Amino acid sequence: MEVLLLNFWKQFFLCIFANMKKQALIFYPLLLILLSILLAGGLLYGAVSIPIESVIDILMGKGTEHLAWQNIVWQSRLPQAVTALLAGASLAVSGLLLQTLFRNPLAGPSILGISDGANLGVAAVMLYLGGSLSLVADLPISGYLAVILAAFGGAVCVLGLIIYFSAKVKNNVMLLIIGIMIGYLASSLISVLNYYASTDKVHAFVMWGLGNFSGVSLQQLPYFVGFTVIGLLLSILLIKPLNALLLGEMYAANLGIKIKRTRILILFCAGLLTATTTAFCGPISFIGLAVPHIARLLLGSSNHKMLVPVTLLVGSCVALLCNLLMVLPGTNNVFPLNAVTPLLGAPVIIYVIVNRKNIQYFD
Amino acid sequence: MEKVFAIETERLSIGYSLKRGRQKVVHENLNLQLVQGEVTCLLGLNGAGKSTLLRTLCGFQPPLAGEIRLMGKALASYSQMNFSLTVGVVLTEKTNAGGITVYELVSLGRHPYTGFFGQLKKRDHIIIEQALEAVGISHKSSNYVSELSDGEHQKVMIAKALAQECPIILLDEPTAFLDVTSRIETMVLLHRLAMEQQKAILLSTHDLDLAIQMGDCLWLQEKGRPMACGAPEDLIMSGAFESFFGKEGITFDPTTGKLNTKKPTVPVGVEGDYLVSYWVGNALIRNGFCPAPVKAGQINIRCVRVGELVVTLKDRTEKKCSSIVELVNLLKFC
Repeated sequence: MEVLLLNFWKQFFLCIFANMKKQALIFYPLLLILLSILLAGGLLYGAVSIPIESVIDILMGKGTEHLAWQNIVWQSRLPQAVTALLAGASLAVSGLLLQTLFRNPLAGPSILGISDGANLGVAAVMLYLGGSLSLVADLPISGYLAVILAAFGGAVCVLGLIIYFSAKVKNNVMLLIIGIMIGYLASSLISVLNYYASTDKVHAFVMWGLGNFSGVSLQQLPYFVGFTVIGLLLSILLIKPLNALLLGEMYAANLGIKIKRTRILILFCAGLLTATTTAFCGPISFIGLAVPHIARLLLGSSNHKMLVPVTLLVGSCVALLCNLLMVLPGTNNVFPLNAVTPLLGAPVIIYVIVNRKNIQYFD
Repeated sequence: MEKVFAIETERLSIGYSLKRGRQKVVHENLNLQLVQGEVTCLLGLNGAGKSTLLRTLCGFQPPLAGEIRLMGKALASYSQMNFSLTVGVVLTEKTNAGGITVYELVSLGRHPYTGFFGQLKKRDHIIIEQALEAVGISHKSSNYVSELSDGEHQKVMIAKALAQECPIILLDEPTAFLDVTSRIETMVLLHRLAMEQQKAILLSTHDLDLAIQMGDCLWLQEKGRPMACGAPEDLIMSGAFESFFGKEGITFDPTTGKLNTKKPTVPVGVEGDYLVSYWVGNALIRNGFCPAPVKAGQINIRCVRVGELVVTLKDRTEKKCSSIVELVNLLKFC
């Protein structure tokens, strides 16, 4: 058993590190360094300015005279940085999985209606059942949990529908369109819910919809970490079938890939990552759509052996960067997350579309 | 020595299962034999069921009735994995593999052999390199797939099938989008692979000329009649080609192996230089004349050399033409 496990990990690392071009290998240390810098930035820099030495002292477990600072670092900055790190990786990998499965460079977590499903669940709870976001600190934890469960429930329902249709509709582009339609249906229900809800609740829902990495408290963090790490590990196990799918489903089937099972696994994995992230952080736009393109452009390859880990790392970096950019320099003002992500995401997508003739992976 | 059948079908019925147990049968009672070491071409007009037959043999859709045996074993007894070790396919399906290298694409052919993460071992690399070598694309192995021409792309897909190490390779219209030279190259390549590596190769095509030229065996398919199988020459001489492809206003000429648009009627005598008279004949047929031996009382053409044709009209006046265009214009006005 132990030998088997050892062999598994050996294969795992060989798979990620072996057989790559020399210049591609350099991305791992570079991205890890960038990631560390951004992570440190997230811990050291925020709306409230705390001296660097104090932050380090607090993280090392030494006491400090400022109890408020200690609270900010432990209860706010640390969970927020970890959340951004994992949420970015999750959304980016989820986007990559969907782009490869649907063979469409513009597929993303929000397009399949998974985010809309989560939105609908949250809308139902926040607008009618009295649950709310902990934007206001004094709300009961039960209400907050209800929001997360609702988001998860909504996303899983849409995912179930998509998987159901994936067995009926063989064509992936058609399935993508069904996903978009389900998204519209969810949105229409949300607008009905919004129309009849009271103003303050609509406001709270809109606030949630702006996206936020700070919604996960230290107590909830283990759940978030658990779900996303499971999803991310699963995505790494899907590297081989993902590469075969580059040739299309018929070729992949001829290479021994079990198409039906693989489709469901990929959809489940992408769904789990999107649902978890949306439930905890709200619907975050553009990271899932743009980061796989950034990774492909960096690597100059769509081979998933490198693409999956690099997408994961770039996703983390981009999310941490967005998290930093949310805080307006020199002021205590904070931008909503979904105001920042398009600033990074939209130019990438426009660049990719304008230059699609010169970008290899479009063929 | 008895031939080994790579694929053998018995009373095979192909088509689609509809709802409530109904079936749409495309072709039934097929008894076919695909031989190792030979290139077999599947010919038929659009809608004849070529794709359905290929899809059935590729395992993409189940047969409606009858039996398929691969290498002597029933298709039903194959697991998906064993099937992928036996049959390699080259399809017309569009791929999204532009962003990987030729080497990486061919290495996908090793998928059935590699472990969970698709890690390539030494033997895999050797086989990939041999496959690249066999189709003559080694020099492009580190190029992106999107940088290839259509012909090179087809070669790479064939190399992928070779890397799969299957005794049987099925190709769906491999020459469809290629230019003339690449078509011939591809067919020559397939023929060589069949001979050298004892592969059983079946390909569907609309290329009558190439199939007659390069196919060891042809299968002529049309709805509602038995498949005609045999060497191209036998099928031509027995009149099978005429009966499969001859339609209103279109005839199959068994001497040239070509389809002609209409039956030529007016005889025109042709004599002289072999090359020139051959192509003069071609022009005559296109314009509704029938090349014939020289005789009095008809138009006769003497082909002296390239660029010099002497036409004797019915009133025995002689006119000189230096090109086919002049000749055709002359014939049109008399």
